[in-house]
Amino acid sequence: MISEGWCVVLELIVISTLNGVLFGMLLFLMASGLTVIFSMLGVLNFAHASFYMLGAFFGFQISRWVGFWPALFIAPLLAGALGAAVERFGLRRVHRNGHVAELLFTFGLAFAIEEIVQIIWGKSPVDFRIPASLDFPAFRIFSTNYPAYKMFMLLVSIAIFVGLLVVLKKSRVGLIVQAALTHPHMVGHLGHNVGRIFMLVFGVGTALAAVAGVIAGPALVTQSNMAALLGPILFVVVVVGGLGSLPGAFVASLLIGLVQTFAVSMNGSLAGAFGPLGPDYAQTWLSDIWGVTVAQVAPIMPYVLLVLILIFRPMGLLGTRET
Amino acid sequence: MRQWMMVAALLPMLGGTALAQETVKIGYIDPLSGGGASIGEVGYKTFQFLAEELNAKGGILGKKVEIVPFDNKTNPQESLIQAQKAIDGGVRYITQGNGSSVAGALTDFVTKYNERNPGKEILYFNYAAVDPVLTNAKCSFWHFRWDANSDIKMEALTNYMKSAADIKKLYLINQDYSFGESVRSAAKTMLKAKRPDIQIVGDELHPLLKITDFAPYVAKIKASGADSVITGNWGQDFALLLKASADAGLKVNWYTYYAGGTGGPTAIKQANLNHQVFQIAEGIPNLGYPSADAFEKALRAKYDFSLFYPRAVNQMRMFAAAAEKAKSLDPVKVAAALEGMQFDVYNGGGKGIMRKDDHQFFQPMYIASFGDRTEKEPFDEEKTGWGWRQAAKIDPEQTMLPTTCKMERPN
Repeated sequence: MISEGWCVVLELIVISTLNGVLFGMLLFLMASGLTVIFSMLGVLNFAHASFYMLGAFFGFQISRWVGFWPALFIAPLLAGALGAAVERFGLRRVHRNGHVAELLFTFGLAFAIEEIVQIIWGKSPVDFRIPASLDFPAFRIFSTNYPAYKMFMLLVSIAIFVGLLVVLKKSRVGLIVQAALTHPHMVGHLGHNVGRIFMLVFGVGTALAAVAGVIAGPALVTQSNMAALLGPILFVVVVVGGLGSLPGAFVASLLIGLVQTFAVSMNGSLAGAFGPLGPDYAQTWLSDIWGVTVAQVAPIMPYVLLVLILIFRPMGLLGTRET
Repeated sequence: MRQWMMVAALLPMLGGTALAQETVKIGYIDPLSGGGASIGEVGYKTFQFLAEELNAKGGILGKKVEIVPFDNKTNPQESLIQAQKAIDGGVRYITQGNGSSVAGALTDFVTKYNERNPGKEILYFNYAAVDPVLTNAKCSFWHFRWDANSDIKMEALTNYMKSAADIKKLYLINQDYSFGESVRSAAKTMLKAKRPDIQIVGDELHPLLKITDFAPYVAKIKASGADSVITGNWGQDFALLLKASADAGLKVNWYTYYAGGTGGPTAIKQANLNHQVFQIAEGIPNLGYPSADAFEKALRAKYDFSLFYPRAVNQMRMFAAAAEKAKSLDPVKVAAALEGMQFDVYNGGGKGIMRKDDHQFFQPMYIASFGDRTEKEPFDEEKTGWGWRQAAKIDPEQTMLPTTCKMERPN
């Protein structure tokens, strides 16, 4: 017989783990594309989160016309096609002028996409609803309901993760992509059309981000600042995981998802940690940081992690080369 | 030919200045993008509606009222840039409401600007930023507030909670900035005096307008075993908090400042919290006053939202009355006329007064709960079928908290 107190703690842990894994998987859907694009093209795509936003808005618009389920497939295809076009007609031309130009190009693109989204859909949140068929509690843990839609989000992202793994490890295309990650010139010399592979990878990468957008749109808020809210965290994921490392991105996504969620559920502060042993001057001189709880600093945790990783392990958790 | 072109180029400019003299411009500096946009937009349309109402009666002193929007993205620095832009565009009156952090920056800016530019003074009408400091330590002659400040609201709310015996474990969740800070500290001090038996099981501050999924916070409220929550959250921070509670099946009583904001009523209905969410405000639909009902109907006929800012109605009508009384649109004279001005509040519920000492407006306040309606309650919210029901009315005299303001008036 477990006491009631432990039940509550257990409930909090289970729910927080579910929430953390879910957020982590969403991050991974985006980070996977970003990290592969980076290692192949050598460009940190600043506009990557914008494709996540485009996915959400395309999903919203298409689900208005034909319903949510077709939108789930059409919106990522559209965004992916757009991404491929950006690579083919934009990045490839800019590439001639070097990496800085490419970086600036993606940077500008992010702003352009945000402006265009604001022109078309306005600045306030749009009413992107969870489909009625998924709007019910999936199960109950002790006394907390867990929404079916969140389970659906989790399943979709896990399915895509497994699919990605199989394609990369088992298929011929995957082999070439893996080779191009480390030795793009050699792959070119062997007669593969490296340009087409790049376009394909860029398209698939942005489509994955768009999938994340379509499924996250109804659960979170679909508005024109959603790319800006999530973008910085994506870079943290990619750097912490190790640039160009897919398993690294996976581990880092889950790590950051869990760290952020669990930090919110903790109450500890410096004052609490030191208790009566805390020095007297702390209350007055350090009053600003002394009483701050872990929950309050939750949003900056990923960035603290970023700084620590860059100092102690610059290649990232599972990366193989220096950044 | 060339001369004609010069004239043609100059004509619109002349037209512009001629037009500027014919209108009273009010600069609306509030979020029109980002997390605060959903309510910033509602505020903007409400003010436009009120301007049209004044214009239909001939404007203020025969001049047309025009609301000029400036998007501050709920950011204090951006607000100052927008305020300067407004002033450069000929605005002498600015209004703002969302975010006491913004209000603090704006009131400093306006005070300094007026010191440096005598004869070109700007007035700042605050319709919703409720940090008490704005009419206490940081009060300014150029700032007028029509919303009851946070301490007044908490005083009324805790007086009501005093008699609610079913509150045993209370959770506080607020936005991490000056306003959220003042809500939680006022709640703690007042409840300690009025209901020492209530146990405070959680005291949370979260980032302002940045959270898109409150599920982790709701899990924590649940784990704390709270039966009631106090929150000053506004805009999407309230709607999303309630949405996450609905998803998790959290059943508690909510004591709030801004449950009626965009998305709030929908989330309450979704969470099925029938008359379990309370709000303290200076007005709600369904109070049964004929003039308020007529206004509500007219507003709803034009826009798809209800009146969330009764204070804005008082503000605009009092502005007009003060200008008529001063027979001038000079901000200094209007400010002098507003000081100590008594005014029948828009809904007919009684008199309000703009206290001279601190420029805080005192008015009847209402605590209301949200849920199913009787025949006497004609208005629902956001097409949920549910509406507001009065739970208590608090007269202005009972809300007259003392102020520490030492007002510096221009000579």
